[in-house]
Amino acid sequence: MKDLTLDVNGELHRIRVEPRRTLVDALREDCGQTGTHIGCEHGVCGSCTVLVDNEPVRSCLMFAVQAEGCKIRTVEGLASAGELHPIQQAFTEEHALQCGFCTPGFLMLAIGILEKNPAISDDDLLEDLSSNLCRCTGYKNIIAAVKRVRDTMAGASAR
Amino acid sequence: MNSNRTQGLAPAQEVSSESRHVGRSVLRLEDPILLRGEGTFAADVNFARQLHMRVVRSAVAHARIRQIDTTAARAAGGVVAVWTGRDVAEIPLIPTRATKVQGLEPYCQPILAQDRVRYVGEPVAVVFATDAYLAEDAAEQVQVTVDELPPVLDARADPSAFDEVRNTEPTIIRKGYGDIEGAFAAAHAVVELELSIGRHSGVPMECRGAVARYDAARDVLEMHGAAKKSHWNRDVMAQMLGRSRSDFHLFEGHVGGGFGVRGELYPEDVLVCLAALRLRRPVKWIEDRRENLMATNHSRQQHHRIQAAISGAGELLGIRDVFFLDQGGYVRTHGARVADMSAGLLLGPYRVPAYQATCHYRLTNKTPCGTYRSPGRFETTFVRERLMDAIAERLGLDKLEVRRRNLVAAHEMPYSRPLDALGVDVVLDSGDYAGLLDKTLARLDWNGLQARLAERRKQGELVGVGLAMFVEKSGLGPSDLVRLTVEPSGTIELVTGAASVGQGMETVLAQICADELGIDYRRVRVVRGRTDRIEFGNGAHASRVTVMSGSATQIAARNVRALALEFAARALKRSPEALTMIDGRVVTRNEAEGASLTLAEIAKLVEPNASCAPDTPFEHRQGLSADGWFYSDHMNYPYGVHVAQVCIDPDTGVVRVERYLASYDVGRAVNPMLVEGQIVGGVAQGIGGALFEQFAYDLAGQPQSTTFADYLMVTASEMPDVDVLVTEDAPSPLNPLGMKGAGEGGTNAAGAAVAAAVDDALGSPGFVTALPILPRDVYRHLASRQRG
Repeated sequence: MKDLTLDVNGELHRIRVEPRRTLVDALREDCGQTGTHIGCEHGVCGSCTVLVDNEPVRSCLMFAVQAEGCKIRTVEGLASAGELHPIQQAFTEEHALQCGFCTPGFLMLAIGILEKNPAISDDDLLEDLSSNLCRCTGYKNIIAAVKRVRDTMAGASAR
Repeated sequence: MNSNRTQGLAPAQEVSSESRHVGRSVLRLEDPILLRGEGTFAADVNFARQLHMRVVRSAVAHARIRQIDTTAARAAGGVVAVWTGRDVAEIPLIPTRATKVQGLEPYCQPILAQDRVRYVGEPVAVVFATDAYLAEDAAEQVQVTVDELPPVLDARADPSAFDEVRNTEPTIIRKGYGDIEGAFAAAHAVVELELSIGRHSGVPMECRGAVARYDAARDVLEMHGAAKKSHWNRDVMAQMLGRSRSDFHLFEGHVGGGFGVRGELYPEDVLVCLAALRLRRPVKWIEDRRENLMATNHSRQQHHRIQAAISGAGELLGIRDVFFLDQGGYVRTHGARVADMSAGLLLGPYRVPAYQATCHYRLTNKTPCGTYRSPGRFETTFVRERLMDAIAERLGLDKLEVRRRNLVAAHEMPYSRPLDALGVDVVLDSGDYAGLLDKTLARLDWNGLQARLAERRKQGELVGVGLAMFVEKSGLGPSDLVRLTVEPSGTIELVTGAASVGQGMETVLAQICADELGIDYRRVRVVRGRTDRIEFGNGAHASRVTVMSGSATQIAARNVRALALEFAARALKRSPEALTMIDGRVVTRNEAEGASLTLAEIAKLVEPNASCAPDTPFEHRQGLSADGWFYSDHMNYPYGVHVAQVCIDPDTGVVRVERYLASYDVGRAVNPMLVEGQIVGGVAQGIGGALFEQFAYDLAGQPQSTTFADYLMVTASEMPDVDVLVTEDAPSPLNPLGMKGAGEGGTNAAGAAVAAAVDDALGSPGFVTALPILPRDVYRHLASRQRG
C-alpha cells in the first residue's frame, strides 16, 4: 500500500492505494469522483479520459501513483456556481449525448484539444475526436458541439 | 443535417397553450445531470460493507466439467465465499419471456454451469471478496478441469446432441400463406440467393452491472443497476428465489446504452441477488469489457437461402426462404423472438401473394444470442433488398422500378398480412411507401447524383450508390400504465414502468404531459425504473416507449385535467363546462379577469386532510392524481428508405461511406431533434454491422473479438455526413397522437443500402452476399477481376 495525494480539480485527496491501482479506480473509488467512467479498461474507448497536467489521458491506462504531483481535471470540475461550462452547454444544445456514459470522456477530450489548439482545423478535430467511442449518437452532434465552442472561442478572441 | 431545429422553449406568449411542446425540439431534461457527471450508472452504486463478485468463466467452448477446485481461491486474501454449480443447483434455469414457441425450457441457461459448459465465457464459478481486485486475484486461482467435446460452430450443420435426449435444434419456426407451389410453378423466372449476416451485438459503452442488497430489517431484497425490463426481471427472479413482488425491488439508475442487450435477465443478476440473501452483505458485480464481449447477448448471425418466383414484369409471385439462426450455447430470455420476427417481417413494404419461411433455430457453442437494435429486420432487410436488386438485374430492369411495381400502395392501408410477429397479427397500419421513395429521390436529386457518380467513375474512382426500402415495427403492446400526481407544491410527478436506456424518454413523456396540462415541460418530474413506485411496467424495448407510455401519459394527463376542472368548478362555484385550462391554471371561459386556480391550489384543496376546502366532500379529497392506461393489440409500422454512397480504395479494398440519407416516416415526431438523434445513432450501428463489426471464432470455438481493438465499432472518422429526412405523412391510427417508434429505423436498412452501394461501386451486381463487407473480400474481388 502506498500513501499519496491526488490533486483533483484543485482539491487534494489523501488516499492509500496499492501500487497497481489504476488512476480511474482511484478517482472513482478513493476520491469519490464517479463522473469519470470505465468503458473498456484497455485504452481504446476513451470513456475514462481526464486531463492530467492539461493532457487528455486514458485514466484506465495510468496508475494512481503515477499521477501524484500532477493536476488532474475531471468532469466534476467543469460547471461552476451551477452554471454549465460552455462545452457542456453546447453538448445539450446540439443533442450531443444520449445515454451520457461516454460524455464525460468526450468533454474532457474536447477541452484538452481546444485548450491546446483553439483554432484547430475541422480535419484535425475529426481526427482527434475519433480517439473516443460513442455508441449512441453517431458522433455528428458531438462534432457539431465541439465546433460550436471552437468557433465561439475564436469569435471571442477576435473581439 | 438540413433540418431546422428550434432550441429551448419559446416564451409562453408566443405560442398557443395547445401543443406548446409536442413537435418541438426542446432540450432534454436528462442532460444537465449527465453533463455534470452526476449520473448514477451501475458501477456508481455502492453500499457499506459490500462484497465484490468476480465470475470464473469457461475457457473452452464445449466440455464436460470434471472437477472445479476452489481450495486456493477460498484461502486467498479477502475472499468470503466461492460458489460452483453445486452451490446453486436448486436455482431454476433462467426462463424465456412469453412466446408462442413451446418447448424451449430445457435449453435455457443455469446461473452457473452444472455438468457441461457450452461457450467460452459461460459462468462456472463465482468468488466473493471484500475488494474487486482481490476477487479478481482469487478467481484466477479457481482450477477448472474439463473433458473437451467437439464444438458446434456452424448452424448450417446438421443438428447434433445437446444432451442425452435432445439435439441442437430446439425448434423450427414456420410461417407462410398462399399457394407457394403454384407461385413457383407459374413463375417466369426464379431468382435464388444465398446470404449471410455476421454475429454482432449492441455493445453499450457501459458494461453490465448489478448491486444487490438484502435489508433484513425490512425483509426487502433490492437490485440496483437494472434496465429495460425491471418488472419482468423482478417477477422472474422472485420466482427463482422464492420471494414476492412486495419484498423484492429493482432500481434502474442511469443506463449507458441498451440496444437490446442491456437489461435482459442474465446469470449474474440472479447470482448477486442470491448472494446478498445468503451472505447477508451487499454484493456488487461490474462486468469488464472482455466479459461483456463474450458473455452479454450476441445477435444477428443468420444464413438465408431465399428464392423469389417472379413474373416477366418483375412482380413478386412468391418468396420462399429457408434460414439458419445461430443462437449460441443456450436459449436466453428472448426465446425464439428474433427467428419469429425475421420470418414474420421479412416481406417489408412489398406485396407478396405467397410466402413460406422456415427458420432452423439452432444452438452452437458460442455466446448465446438475444436481440440487437432492429432485430430480425437488419438481417431480413439485407436479404430482401439483395433479392430485389437481383430481380432487377435478372430482368434488366431499373432497381427502383422493380420496387415500385411491388410496393404496397397507400390506398391499400391498413394492409393485413396473414402472418404474425411477436404474437400479434401483422397489419401494416398506415404508410405511403412510394411517396417516401419519391421524396427521398427528390432530396438527393437522384438523376443528378447518378450523373455525378458516373463522371467520377469515368475518372477511375470506385464510387457507387445503393438504396434500400424497409418497414420497421414499433409500439408493442399490450398495455402501459402512467400515474400522474400534482403535488400541493405544484410539482408534477409522472411515474412510469417504462425504462430509460438513454433515448430521452423522460423528455418525451414530459412534453406530452405538459401539453395536456398547459404547463412548462420542465415542471414534470419523471420517475422510472423503480418497481417499488409502480406495480406494473413493460420497460423499454421494441420501440415502444413513446408510443405506449406516451399514449398512457396523454390519457393520465387528460384524467388529471378532468379532475382539476371538476374540483375547480366546485371551488369556484361554476359548472365544469364554464372552465378551461390555460398555462397551468383553471380559468373561467370568456372572463378575462375571472376567478382562477392553479393546479397547485387545486391539489391543496383536495388533499386528504385539507382543512381549507370546507365545501369539498371528504370522498373527493383524494389528491389530484390519476392513472392512465393505454392498450394496443397491434404493433404499428413506421417505414423508410436508406441511401448510401460509398467510395472504395482500390489499393486496400476499404469501403468508405461518403454520404448517407435516412428517410423515415415516424407518424408524429414528438421531439424532432431526438428522432434525428435516434436515426443518426442507429445509422452508425448499421454501418458498423455492414462494414466492421463481427464476433469471430477460431476452429476451437475461441472468441477472437474480445477487445475493442478486435470488435471494431465506427468512430467519428468512419461516420459519413448523414442527412435525415423525417416525415409525418402516415400518422398511426392506433394511438391518438399518431406516433410511431424512432429507435430502430436508423439501423434497419443500413446493411442493405451499403451492400447495394458496394455492388454499384464495383460494377459487380450481386457481389455482396455477406455482412460485414470486409476489405479483404473486396480486395480479393478486385484482384481476381484484374487477373481475369
